[in-house]
Amino acid sequence: MKNGKLSWKKIKSWNLLLPVVALLLVMAVNIIYDIANGNNPLAFFTITLQQTTGNGTILYGRIIDILNRGSEAAILAIGMTLVVSSSAGTDISVGSVMSLCASFCCMLLAGYGVSSTSTLAVPLAVGVLGGILMGVVCGMFNGTLVAYFKIQPMVATLILFSAARAIGLLLCNDLIVYVRNGSYAFFGGFIGLLPTPLVITAICAVIITLLLKKTALGMFIQSVGINPKASRIAGLNSKRIIFLTYVLCGLFAGIAGIVASSRITSADSNNIGLYLEMDAILAVALGGNSLGGGKFSLAGSIIGAYTIQAITTTLYALGVSAAQAPVFKAVIVVIIVAIQSEPVRNYFKKASLAKKAKEVA
Amino acid sequence: MKNKKLSLNGHTLLLVITIALFIVLYAGGCIAYGAKGFSHLQTFCNVLITNAGLICVSCGLTCVMLTGGIDISVGALIAMDCMMLAVGMSKGIDAVPMIIIVLIVGLVFGLFQGYMVGYLNIQPFIVTMAGMFFCRGMTAVICTDQVSITEQINATFYKWANAKVTIPFGGYVNNKGKYMAPYVRPGVVVAILVLVLIYLMLRYTKFGRSLYAVGGNTQSATMMGLNTKMIKMKAYVLSSMLCSIGGICYCLNTMAGSVSQALGLEMDAISSAVIGGTLLTGGVGNVFGTFFGVLINGTISSIVKTNGKLASSWPNILTAALLFVFIVIQSVFAAIREKSKNK
Repeated sequence: MKNGKLSWKKIKSWNLLLPVVALLLVMAVNIIYDIANGNNPLAFFTITLQQTTGNGTILYGRIIDILNRGSEAAILAIGMTLVVSSSAGTDISVGSVMSLCASFCCMLLAGYGVSSTSTLAVPLAVGVLGGILMGVVCGMFNGTLVAYFKIQPMVATLILFSAARAIGLLLCNDLIVYVRNGSYAFFGGFIGLLPTPLVITAICAVIITLLLKKTALGMFIQSVGINPKASRIAGLNSKRIIFLTYVLCGLFAGIAGIVASSRITSADSNNIGLYLEMDAILAVALGGNSLGGGKFSLAGSIIGAYTIQAITTTLYALGVSAAQAPVFKAVIVVIIVAIQSEPVRNYFKKASLAKKAKEVA
Repeated sequence: MKNKKLSLNGHTLLLVITIALFIVLYAGGCIAYGAKGFSHLQTFCNVLITNAGLICVSCGLTCVMLTGGIDISVGALIAMDCMMLAVGMSKGIDAVPMIIIVLIVGLVFGLFQGYMVGYLNIQPFIVTMAGMFFCRGMTAVICTDQVSITEQINATFYKWANAKVTIPFGGYVNNKGKYMAPYVRPGVVVAILVLVLIYLMLRYTKFGRSLYAVGGNTQSATMMGLNTKMIKMKAYVLSSMLCSIGGICYCLNTMAGSVSQALGLEMDAISSAVIGGTLLTGGVGNVFGTFFGVLINGTISSIVKTNGKLASSWPNILTAALLFVFIVIQSVFAAIREKSKNK
């Protein structure tokens, strides 16, 4: 009896509880839907090998599709987690920065003013690195404003939120630039059996985890997020750490932008990354991270991002249109934040205390 | 007393800069594009007509920002209002009941958001982001197509939209020799009325002053005996109500409902308020500055439109650059104040 209680407590305090429960719920909905429609109950989980004309043999299935499509949000969520943790604010510019990086990359590859090309103007690596570098520059801009000018993160990133997409359009000369070259499609295509975006996400996650765990950076970020003043007195350069998290966030926005643009082999400035900043923030919240800064869990955020994609894909499967899907997202956000809010938690605590008191009596 | 009014502290200085910037921008536009008719009073009236909805929304947003919060659901709420008006009227409901319905929806929506922020103590950004998702999605649930309001659908609403409130001065004689009196639409009258009322409310009523108190320091406000939770909730209700009024003005201008309407309007409203001198940390700002913020945004896009050759993305970039300049100035002022406090 005592043992059972202990494990229940352990589960309750597990920091990945919220995202995992959400993911399991989504899977349950899928299974019920498939049974109700007379399909194979496990259709959601089935993965098959499929021959394609473009990519050879690839893995095919709903889960693979979710892992593939959710990758941009997952990459963004990594950077967003660090930003939220260190500065207790959100970077709302990531979607626009994605679009700017994609535009810059495609402009480099195609040459200014060219709207469609099949031969690359510069080597592929130069274009891609240029795009990612643009993300880093945007991150530095945001980081300077937040860390050194002490401007509220949301306002500081509001500048690039409205400007980055517009600058991207200027770079592309108000055109949609197509790069019809097989090598550019690689980042949004398949590598062997697996989708490349998924592999890129995994590499990003592994590198950043190593960086956080093998050096003291992870601890520094948490400490700055919990109390910037105390961390400064303890000898940390709080400003530089906050700056660094924004640069990392910009870097990941750049990578996500390249992936998103490679998927459609073009730079559609108006649509790349639209509303993705909201998904990334939602992923962080869904991952069980407090938006007030401090302790964070990268794994939670990544699971959160894929959960959101799973929800979106499930909604589409249920026949909800893309424009109507936000209603459900809103309801989910409200439920999550209401559960996490202090008054509600206090209420439950009081209720459980009262129960205990009754038991004792 | 007089002395106190004359001394320029950081915030009044910012307001002066804002007003001066507007005058410089407008004068610059008049000099550069005078030949294209920019110097007519009608150009200014057109800026007001296009931005009538934005003025109402920004006033509400300023009240929320005074408490240290933010409301990013406004753009989506406007889209939902317009869609409700368009679909409701095409289903045969008359204009006045439809407007009352829209206002009630705004009230309920504001109560919900305000309760979440005030009583459940959830970050305003997250609550209103959920609100934004909800409204955008509901707009699509109501109808996914673009619905126009024509004269056949509702004659009253059509009449309101095309009514002209002429101004007795500042007209010009056009090239056919006919005198053109400048005019504004009824939406502008509503917007100006809202602006004046909110200005008076913030300055002279108990509720208005308590908004500043809560934004300046929530803890002290609580200790003073103010019901801070209630005040925060009321601020969000006010914002959503004004947004609904703004939505009606917006609909009078566009005469249609569509899912992608008023996309990004929340950011225009926030940047207007910030350019107008409202601090996002709360406690400082007034709607008068916000009004000039809206006018500056409107003038920039008007100049770009009159030029005709500049790319459509320039207004966004210029507004963002202005926003950048203003928040850096604000942060420098804040740093100076901190230093003088420490001394």
